[in-house]
Formats: sequence, C-alpha cells, structure tokens
Amino acid sequence: MSDQALEQHRIDLAPGDEGEGGVGLRVLGYVTGLGLALLLTATSFFVAGTDLVWQPSIPVAIIVLAIAQMGVHLVFFLHITTGPDNTNNVMALAFGVLIVFLVIGGSLWIMANLNQNMMPMDQIMQMQR
Amino acid sequence: MADTTLAYAQADPHRLRGIAHAAVAHAGPAPKRIVTGFGFWIFLLSDIVMFSCFFATYAVLVDQTAGGPKGAELFDLRRVAVETVFLLLSSFTCGLANIAADIRNRFWFQVGMAATCVLGLAFLYLEAREFADLVARGAGPTRSAFLTAFFSLVGCHGLHVSAGILWLLTMMAQVVAKGFRADIGRRIMCFALFWHALDIIWVAVFSVVYLLGSKP
Repeated sequence: MSDQALEQHRIDLAPGDEGEGGVGLRVLGYVTGLGLALLLTATSFFVAGTDLVWQPSIPVAIIVLAIAQMGVHLVFFLHITTGPDNTNNVMALAFGVLIVFLVIGGSLWIMANLNQNMMPMDQIMQMQR
Repeated sequence: MADTTLAYAQADPHRLRGIAHAAVAHAGPAPKRIVTGFGFWIFLLSDIVMFSCFFATYAVLVDQTAGGPKGAELFDLRRVAVETVFLLLSSFTCGLANIAADIRNRFWFQVGMAATCVLGLAFLYLEAREFADLVARGAGPTRSAFLTAFFSLVGCHGLHVSAGILWLLTMMAQVVAKGFRADIGRRIMCFALFWHALDIIWVAVFSVVYLLGSKP
C-alpha cells in the first residue's frame, strides 16, 4: 500500500519545470534547443531567398519549418513533454492548437468563399449609385 | 482479520478498491507552484488564441493593398533575420536565468536577466526603426488594409515584448529586494514561460508575415 501510494504520488509538473537533472544537463538542454532553433531559422531564411528549390514548394517548406521550430521551442524551452506528469499541460496545449486551427482555417475558408461568390467591386459601386 | 478483508472484497463487487487507493494518494490540492504554472499556461494559450485572430485577419487582408505597396517591396529580410537572432538569444539567456533562480544563484540570475533585457531592447529598437521607416515612406497603417493588419499584428507582438521587459525589470528588482522567496520563484517561472511563448509567436510572425510576404 505504502509503496503504491508513493508511486502514485509522483505529482504533475508545472509547465516550464523540468523533471530531474543537474544544472549542467539543464544548460545542455537549452544549448541544444538554441542550436536546433538557429538551424531551423537559418534554413527557412535560406529557403525563402533561394532559386535552388522548386518555387511552388517554398511556402509549404517555410510553414513546415516554422511548425518544427515551434515544436523545438515547446520541448527545449517550455519543457512540454509527453510524460505522464505533463498530461494536463499537453491537454491544454492540444485544445489551444485546436482553437487556433479553427480560427485561422475557418476565417481563410469563409473569406475565400465569400470573395469568390461576391460580385466584383466596380459592379457593386455602380449598383450603389 | 482475513475474514474482514474477504467481507470487504465482497462488498466491493466492482473492484473499486484500486480507485479508492488512487484517490487517497492524490488527496489534497496540488502544490502552489503547479497550480500557478498551469494557470499561467492557460493564460498563455488564450493569448496565443488572440494572436491567431490577428494572424487570420492578416491572412485575409494580405492582398488588399488598395494600390499601395506590397510586402515584397517593403520588407527588409536582413533586418528581420537580426531581430530573430536577438529574440532567440534572449529566450536562451532567459532560460539560463531561470536555472540560476532555481539554484538560487543571485549573480548569474541578474546577469542572465540583464542579457535578456538588452537583447529584448535591441529587438524593440530594430522594430521601431522599421515602423518609422515604413511611415516615413508613406506606408503607414492608414495606407491600406494590408498595412493596417501588418501593423496590428507585428505591433501587438512588440507591445507584448515591451510589457515583458517591464516585467523582467520588476523581477530583477524584486530579487534584489526580497531574495528568492517561494512567491518570487513562481513569478520568475511565469515570466520565463511568457518570454518563451513570445518567441514562439515571433517564429509564426517572421515565417508568415516576412518570409511568405517577401515572395513577389
């Protein structure tokens, strides 16, 4: 009973808090994150200005690199992990991401649809005269 | 003794005893650090949802230039790259200051926070220069719907960074005046979360606004 209780009493982690590990290990985590983030940033600035890549693929590449860099920031700087002590933080994050996708995707979808179905602007102006 | 255990097991036909034990193990509120951190995490997510509204507005209005300049004619990618590096490094030094606060090392905490402050101010200076240049070229927020959306989105991020710097200076002063008390520690943790979240939003800004916008 007492062993089980101790096992289950491994409480949640606050977002931004790390589990175990000494100072050296934690600093190393931040150095890794900084290196990866700088690499991804340099790649997306390079991709944006280069002629070496098939041009229509560039916007997709920039978006993918941005999402990858946000992931790096979440893991190495904010310490949001998939561990059991982080469940609450990840669930809140998932809900936030859902809302973000609904707002951005929904706005773009609806406004593009309206734009397509709307009369051209000069004709509207004429009708108002 | 054995009889009572047996009786208890029979009185529990759905085998809920394990859950009862778990409930005992989890009894009582979580430590204050976790409650505070989680609450602040919820606030940050709501802030990100607010930014997503600015992003949606920008994405809808990006082509409505009203005959005015497009993004490709206005953006200076070299300056944006320098801004990005400043903000990224400030996130790194903020993390180091957070570690120093955890081991209660006043000197390295103040050094890390001061470096974060300087890098944040350099970022704000470059952004203010960019805004001033745009306004001087007649591409202010009143020029077109595209520029209104641009100034709202990037300016809102800049306001957040300014507020973060005020908070940062407050934390430096509080550590000098009050030391690493538990409540000060919680505030430092929240500040670090805030600063890292701003960097995440900046990643979206430079990718969506500057890099995608610089394509003709």
